[in-house]
Amino acid sequence: MAAGLATWLPFARAAAVGWLPLAQQPLPPAPGVKASRGDEVLVVNVSGRRFETWKNTLDRYPDTLLGSSEKEFFYDADSGEYFFDRDPDMFRHVLNFYRTGRLHCPRQECIQAFDEELAFYGLVPELVGDCCLEEYRDRKKENAERLAEDEEAEQTGDGPALPAGSSLRQRLWRAFENPHTSTAALVFYYVTGFFIAVSVIANVVETIPCRSSARRSSREQPCGERFPQAFFCMDTACVLIFTGEYLLRLFAAPSRCRFLRSVMSLIDVVAILPYYIGLLVPKNDDVSGAFVTLRVFRVFRIFKFSRHSQGLRILGYTLKSCASELGFLLFSLTMAIIIFATVMFYAEKGTNKTNFTSIPAAFWYTIVTMTTLGYGDMVPSTIAGKIFGSICSLSGVLVIALPVPVIVSNFSRIYHQNQRADKRRAQQKVRLARIRLAKSGTTNAFLQYKQNGGLEDSGSGEEQAVCVRNRSAFEQQHHHLLHCLEKTTCYEFTDELTFSEALGAVSLGGRTSRSTSVSSQPTGPGSLLSSCCPRRAKRRAIRLANSTASVSRGSMQELDMLAGLHRSPAPQSRSSLNAKPHDSLDLNCDSRDFVAAIISIPTPPANTPDESQPSSPGGGGRASSTLRNSSLGTPCLFPETVKISSL
Amino acid sequence: MGIQGMELCAMAVVVLLFIAVLKQFGILEPISMEDSSDSELELSTVRHQPEGLDQLQAQTKFTKKELQSLYRGFKNECPTGLVDEDTFKLIYSQFFPQGDASTYAHFLFNAFDADGNGAIHFEDFVVGLSILLRGTVHEKLKWAFNLYDINKDGYITKEEMLAIMKSIYDMMGRHTYPILREDAPAEHVERFFQKMDRNKDGVVTIEEFLETCQKDENIMSSMQLFENVI
Repeated sequence: MAAGLATWLPFARAAAVGWLPLAQQPLPPAPGVKASRGDEVLVVNVSGRRFETWKNTLDRYPDTLLGSSEKEFFYDADSGEYFFDRDPDMFRHVLNFYRTGRLHCPRQECIQAFDEELAFYGLVPELVGDCCLEEYRDRKKENAERLAEDEEAEQTGDGPALPAGSSLRQRLWRAFENPHTSTAALVFYYVTGFFIAVSVIANVVETIPCRSSARRSSREQPCGERFPQAFFCMDTACVLIFTGEYLLRLFAAPSRCRFLRSVMSLIDVVAILPYYIGLLVPKNDDVSGAFVTLRVFRVFRIFKFSRHSQGLRILGYTLKSCASELGFLLFSLTMAIIIFATVMFYAEKGTNKTNFTSIPAAFWYTIVTMTTLGYGDMVPSTIAGKIFGSICSLSGVLVIALPVPVIVSNFSRIYHQNQRADKRRAQQKVRLARIRLAKSGTTNAFLQYKQNGGLEDSGSGEEQAVCVRNRSAFEQQHHHLLHCLEKTTCYEFTDELTFSEALGAVSLGGRTSRSTSVSSQPTGPGSLLSSCCPRRAKRRAIRLANSTASVSRGSMQELDMLAGLHRSPAPQSRSSLNAKPHDSLDLNCDSRDFVAAIISIPTPPANTPDESQPSSPGGGGRASSTLRNSSLGTPCLFPETVKISSL
Repeated sequence: MGIQGMELCAMAVVVLLFIAVLKQFGILEPISMEDSSDSELELSTVRHQPEGLDQLQAQTKFTKKELQSLYRGFKNECPTGLVDEDTFKLIYSQFFPQGDASTYAHFLFNAFDADGNGAIHFEDFVVGLSILLRGTVHEKLKWAFNLYDINKDGYITKEEMLAIMKSIYDMMGRHTYPILREDAPAEHVERFFQKMDRNKDGVVTIEEFLETCQKDENIMSSMQLFENVI
């Protein structure tokens, strides 16, 4: 709520008068604010529609087009107004952002157009207010997905334009994946499909009892035993074809490991393996039982059809994604079954010749009753048993039969709900991250400002001016306020890491934090010596102007460096560039409070974000506000500064 | 006898189910407590309109334009025209993200809320600002004394000062350098009383306060610090 903050800042600064009598150190001087012109009304002409607003309103966000001097480029001196050749309907939302601090997303406009307007006016999409944020993101994601789908469809569409230098492998793989690319692939596709069908049908048929015309025995043989050679030949042929196909796929696969682990290849293997095992295993009675079991696996060849059918694949995927709901359903059913089985068992215990011999035996009764099958092979005979049995069957109707359609719709609802909950959780995380970032951004900006010599331009070179240049009047005043608080309490703000390091140093030194000297900090000198040579430590921080995440264009404006703080205890001297000449060395504070000496020497900017040396464990204080790039888009590169600390 | 037991259970279950069915028919419904009277709709917010511009100009040392600009900002933030304590705390805390500014904001709120009605109106706001920004040193010191004197009895006791000091140190937060000690506020209070309490009676009166502050150069020089805020 930068608008709010800007309004209240003068008030907060005025209230700082309350600290004045308590301050133990002299307070820093106020930043020199240029005499501001009285507030005036600006006219912004957007494609003919005139918007008028106070200048102060626009100045609230100096990182944007309208808030900075960039709008002067659009100034029309003849008419005395700022002319923009953009959509006036969208501009309404942009201007309202300045007025209220919240950016709303128009419902009836295309999200892409809105994005473009935001980009033009220098507003980051993260500024969209919480009320509209979810919808904005949904629509954006939808758009992105649709575009991605279109692209994918283009790519995977039968492009006769295969790269000329594609190897046999690539062509083969492509033929396997898209049968429509060439006639040979199509033929192969249909042939394998045919053989899968043949194999499955053969498996089925070989168990049908055939009436043998030769011998009129009462025992009918299944066809498989009547024509063993025929079936064996058919089986062999199918297996040969499947094996060949599998090996070809294995050869053509771009990533063999991934192919081996994929579901389809597993199905292939399971389909053909029983045959080979059957070849190897001799036909003796010991293992024939296991051999018969293996034949069962031949039926898995039917799953090979899923390569040919998109629908099967989708079904499999749906089941996989609904697995948790199905699991819960199964769990509740199991609970009910166990309860009723136990009850029925104990109810029927006294009866002679009862079928309910044990609780697991009663499971069968419960399942059959609850699913309203009612085979009748197990029936209760006692009154209690019948009462509980009837309750069981009634509840079975409720538990299973009725809610089946409800469960189906529940699945889809729960699925979507989960997705939305995840989305909300992710958004919540982003929101919290934003808030945290804003907080730490303010703090880091303040710490950075302190290192840059505080309020005064001590004229120590261009670099300092460059770093200080982009700070707005608001920030200057806010930092002055924080500085006053520091001086009042004789403590300084730090970031988390330096604090924890100091904490560690204190526990190491075993002394209280107040009285420190060079000798008492064992890590101090060591770190200093090791850091005597300039270390290129790369820091990333985002300094958020006006405590909002408005990242503007221009790398210098957007992001700033927060270098590590190397602090050294120097009881008296406060040397170097950062010293304010008029800040006298005799502090009003107790002399036991020591002052840190920081020297900063900015190096020439080097845009190498990829190298980063880890800072020394003893001395480096990494800025805690390392940005997550994903949350704020791509950050630009920025110069590095080097810290050298000396005694 | 297990059979008898199970039959008893069965009977019990049947009875329970029967009662459940009866409940559905509304026969055995317990008498529900109804809220006979809905709480009357209160007017959503209380609005407040400030005094006229001329009166405010007479009361404060701001020009008309400054008052206009101040009011525009104020009204934008608080359309109802007044700030209650929670909002005030929220606003003030945003300036001190590292620490907890709520206690100090509470004291500030009481200092600004001259008529003590639990909300800061625009007049309170502007009158306070006028003293702080355009007032004489004397007035500013009196305002500060008023801030420290929590119960407004004309004396600052050690407990009051300790509370104020703690709240100020709270604003620094945890991550400070050097590490914040537990007794830092108390020590600061001791120093303050040593300086201010002339007759060592354990309280600081307004006269002692004014006298000591006027003799202190640092305080005097820093009084001009915030004059150009608006």
